[in-house]
Amino acid sequence: MKKGSALTRSATSGAAPPEQGAPGPGAAPEGPGPTGPSRAVRVLRYLGGRLFTAAVSLAAVLVTSFFLFRILPGDPVRAMTEGREVTVEQMEELRRQFGLDRPLWQQFADYCLGVLRFDFGTSYQYRVPVAELIAERIGPTVLLAGTGTVVAALIGLVLGTRAAWRRGSAGDRITTAVALTLWSVPSFWLGLLLIVVLASGVGWLPGLFPTSGMATPGVEGAFDSALDVAHHMVLPVATMVAVVYAQYLLIMRSSVLDEMGADYLTTARAKGLRDALVLRRHAVPNALLPTVTLIFLNLGRVLGGVILIETVFAWPGLGSLFYSGLRVPDLPLVQALFVLFASAVIVMNLLADLVYPLLDPRVRT
Amino acid sequence: MPIAFPPSPTRSLRPARRPGRPAGPRRTALRGAAAAAALALAAGAGAAPAAADGGADERTLTVAISQPVDTLNPFLAQLLISTSIHKAVYDPLVAYDAETNEPTGALAESWDTSEDGLTWTYTIRDGMTWTDGEPITAEDPAFTFNAMMEDSEAATANGNAVANFEKVTAVDDSTLEIELAEPQATMLSLDVPIVPEHVWSEVEDFGEFTNEDFPVVGSGPFTITGHEPNQSITLEANPDYWRGAPGFERLVFRYFADKDAEVEALRKGEVSLAAGLTPAQADSLEGQEGITVNNATGKRFQAFTINPGAQTQDGEEFGDGHPALQDKTLRQAIMMAIDKDELVENVYGGYAEPAEGYIPKRYDTYYWEPEGEDRLDFDPDAANAMLDEAGYETGDDGVRTSPDGDRLELRMHVHNDRPDYVSMGKIFVERLADIGIEVDNRTVDPGVLSDALYDAEYDLIWTGWSVNPDPDYVLGIHTCDALPEEPGTMRGDAYFCNEEYDELYERQLAEWEDPEQRAEYIKQMQAVLYEEAVVNVVTYANTMEAYRSDQIASTQVQPDPGGNLWGQDGHWSFSMAEPAEGGQDAGGGPSGWAVAGIAAAAVVVVGGAVLLVLRRRAATAEDRE
Repeated sequence: MKKGSALTRSATSGAAPPEQGAPGPGAAPEGPGPTGPSRAVRVLRYLGGRLFTAAVSLAAVLVTSFFLFRILPGDPVRAMTEGREVTVEQMEELRRQFGLDRPLWQQFADYCLGVLRFDFGTSYQYRVPVAELIAERIGPTVLLAGTGTVVAALIGLVLGTRAAWRRGSAGDRITTAVALTLWSVPSFWLGLLLIVVLASGVGWLPGLFPTSGMATPGVEGAFDSALDVAHHMVLPVATMVAVVYAQYLLIMRSSVLDEMGADYLTTARAKGLRDALVLRRHAVPNALLPTVTLIFLNLGRVLGGVILIETVFAWPGLGSLFYSGLRVPDLPLVQALFVLFASAVIVMNLLADLVYPLLDPRVRT
Repeated sequence: MPIAFPPSPTRSLRPARRPGRPAGPRRTALRGAAAAAALALAAGAGAAPAAADGGADERTLTVAISQPVDTLNPFLAQLLISTSIHKAVYDPLVAYDAETNEPTGALAESWDTSEDGLTWTYTIRDGMTWTDGEPITAEDPAFTFNAMMEDSEAATANGNAVANFEKVTAVDDSTLEIELAEPQATMLSLDVPIVPEHVWSEVEDFGEFTNEDFPVVGSGPFTITGHEPNQSITLEANPDYWRGAPGFERLVFRYFADKDAEVEALRKGEVSLAAGLTPAQADSLEGQEGITVNNATGKRFQAFTINPGAQTQDGEEFGDGHPALQDKTLRQAIMMAIDKDELVENVYGGYAEPAEGYIPKRYDTYYWEPEGEDRLDFDPDAANAMLDEAGYETGDDGVRTSPDGDRLELRMHVHNDRPDYVSMGKIFVERLADIGIEVDNRTVDPGVLSDALYDAEYDLIWTGWSVNPDPDYVLGIHTCDALPEEPGTMRGDAYFCNEEYDELYERQLAEWEDPEQRAEYIKQMQAVLYEEAVVNVVTYANTMEAYRSDQIASTQVQPDPGGNLWGQDGHWSFSMAEPAEGGQDAGGGPSGWAVAGIAAAAVVVVGGAVLLVLRRRAATAEDRE
């Protein structure tokens, strides 16, 4: 068991959050109860600290975002007019429209003032406010990546628990091997494979799903549209789940394995509880803690994390928007998306920090 | 944010004492209910598709596109996809004929020119209407051109067309008069979408208007009725189009980000037409039932340019191009080291033509070929002899040194997002080594390449243009006038400047009376370009397309024969396409397969859940014993 545990630990170390400095696992034993007024102070200090860290990170992201994309080589106006019959005057007009003819410090000042008003400017390519573009695309991304994350987490948790409970069995080895294999598969390749087999149809197998996109043009009515979107979602969600569920499985498996030798499980068994109950009531709730953290971290990455899958399936989400913006570079667009992606991670981390004490009483001290 | 892994717990979150809920039956019941709901959903959907299909006579032509639309505002749109859609929505004054690429009347049925060539009078066709029923008059083109001349935002995309205009007036409802500053030969190739004045005069800011008030009022064979950003654009046929209603009732452009997924959609019949295929994709579709592959002559040329010593219009030199490249002998020797047939075979799998002049073979009016001793054909021995004679000595490592003592080590910039350029670049390294030139292959991001070009910090660089039926623009970028006023602002792409070429350019532009004489000037310009060997065209790649012949019975290529369907100068392939008898359309609502597919997915999910429950129950039963 220990061997298996060590293995999975190292396999998942990339996804696991780093150890927190305090309060360490070996912290002084807690008193019998809350220690009066100082507890409220501690909670406030904890909250304040987390909020402050998050705010600093956010400010750093805002500044980085402006300069990061200006370091990229290439000129947006030249890229946009490539292959077009334009005069020098037309290119100057574009520069003027984009504000690229102004000194850098002035552009930066405008950007900062705009951000304060949640105004990220107008996209060079699409000619509409960036906020509108993002509002249009965020729904599909949340739908696809959110569904994928939830399904992957559920599958990962269930299979991981079972694998740990029957560690070393054929079932464990097969589940883990399959998950790891799928994890190492490039998502765009798996997506294409699914399109060829399940969307185009191979041999006697008819094409069951649409090859790509989110909706069939011309479908109307709430029910038909919902059905149509669900139909289009099956393959991209399946691709995403197949590629990412392994991390939940491995974390869950190693967490349950960590609990396996614990005394309280022996106690529970000694009380005559059935094996399934010992697992469900005692082992799983404790083992869930690291997985919850992982889910929160991944929810933060949901917004920007499925760019390749969105590309293969032509899913009209933020990932493909970012990709189309980077090629120009469409500065207002990529800046805003960078800020959005980064703040989603920051906010989710903050939430994880805030929720964690509720789940795990030991952190509260 | 650091978060602690829990240490070995001392107590569980949920007290063990708490009475447990009954494990099996209730949960199973829940799962059963979920399964039943899923099946009911699938079954209930069975009735829906019939309603969603619409009338049986409505035929849809679905075209796969590889770019999302930037904007539907024709004054701003830059991408080929958007301008192609606008060609189907807004007729220009004069269009390009489908078969010959020659100018043919569109909104204007005839035209006349004053003696001095400075005033052009167009007669607007009678009885045409916008799709909202308003008549089309000379006021509409007058409004469109005047907007572009007065409002710099309206000139964003097509301002080059009116750069030489003095004044545009609607003399009466059917007469449009354009006065020019200088005579120009391109007055029949003003490929500008003409918009309805009664709609656009209400637009306050041309730079911000999205033109998404559906249905969009237009004059072409189709009108835009819907746009799902990054997904699809839907157009409906205009039954009152003056050339006659198109064969398909609906035209849908569907966006694909991945080319292979696009090919699969064509294979399945979800789209009727897919363009821009690679040779491998075209080969895989060849001979498939219900699919026709169209191997068309290309509009594009692929070329590399040699830095001849960059300078501004005032003659100020800048950049760091290799000094030896200012020698024409060396540039010509480089051309002679390249085997164009090898490029055609190895890079394009035969789907290309070895290039001769600057303008692709598909435009036979302007096509030019070098003859006799002027030809710089593949001949490495002759190239080596030329270099030996010119004093380029070969060093011990096989690399030559120029008479001025500079080692012939050249940087070559290649676009890393263009597989054909990347392959050609690799071949170049080998071929140039054959004549004692060492190439530093820099396959880079297009942004890096563009910076190198505008800063003139390159030796060899790849380029390519899609040439329009009127080649004025692509010729103009190699005049001295296209050199930068100050470093970094060049209009051209090669720092080429030649007096003879410039004189010929002026002559062809002013030759509005005699098209044959103009073509003659253009051929002479190509001869100059070829001999100077700064802009070196190597191939004309074919355009590979495929369409569902079980959905499209017939359609129109441009030029005919041998032309392309996607990216035409006109709307012919869409407006003249006829639906196949009894064919299954690419469009339509959720089919029976939607239900089957979702049901299959539901079965997998529910089945998996049931299996888990059963196994768990079995395990629990074991425990009990």
